[in-house]
Amino acid sequence: MTVEQLLKADVFQVVNQGGHLEQEISRPFCCDLLSICMTKTPEGAAWVTVIGNVNTLAVLSLTDAACIILAEGAFLDEPAIQKAKEQGITVFSTELPIFEAALKVYELSHAAS
Amino acid sequence: MSECIELRYEVSSEDFTRAGEASSNVKKKLKQMGVSPAAITKVAIAMYEGEINMVIHADGGHIEVTISEEEIEIKLCDRGPGIQNVEKAMQAGYSTAPDNIRALGFGAGMGLPNMKKYTDEMTIDTEIGVGTTVTMKVKL
Repeated sequence: MTVEQLLKADVFQVVNQGGHLEQEISRPFCCDLLSICMTKTPEGAAWVTVIGNVNTLAVLSLTDAACIILAEGAFLDEPAIQKAKEQGITVFSTELPIFEAALKVYELSHAAS
Repeated sequence: MSECIELRYEVSSEDFTRAGEASSNVKKKLKQMGVSPAAITKVAIAMYEGEINMVIHADGGHIEVTISEEEIEIKLCDRGPGIQNVEKAMQAGYSTAPDNIRALGFGAGMGLPNMKKYTDEMTIDTEIGVGTTVTMKVKL
């Protein structure tokens, strides 16, 4: 499943639609501690987290994850929204808990393949 | 590549909105130069943790990156308060970061341990009240 297909699936709210929509989502990945995220997030991951600030975006760039999904109703603060726009990073949000949000990505990507 | 390439970045104090810019810039440059993805990952992680440390603990500072044929050297220089107990600071899980930093997803005491883990060499030169210089090397 690509980022574009995840957008079209319409299961999460779209906070920012970035570039590279053709990027393949490799797997969902859940983590909130950024020191772990920056070393463990797989390339192409749909990264599910509750941390919504500029550092989340910086970690995404470092790891080449495909997109961010903010779970549990977490939101991006204003500077982070600006940065996501500048850097063309796709960010979703959802009221779902972290596990359920990741499970949605898993189910969608397996239904698509 | 016969000559060294030197890069310098200023890290402003308490400015989380710019933290990570230096490391992502270096990452881009290394990619253009054809450095191996494994080495780029190591440099990016170590440098980003270093940047965050400088913002949290030391009112910023500057970073010097030297790229040669054999290695990448990253020197993090600050004029912060210095590290009281380097041995403790190197322990995973030990942190003196305030709560507001923890709320941002950092401050779990993994910065320095990550920096050591992802580099081939790391030295800490610190003096209380004067500042800290962390020098890291990643072999190519």
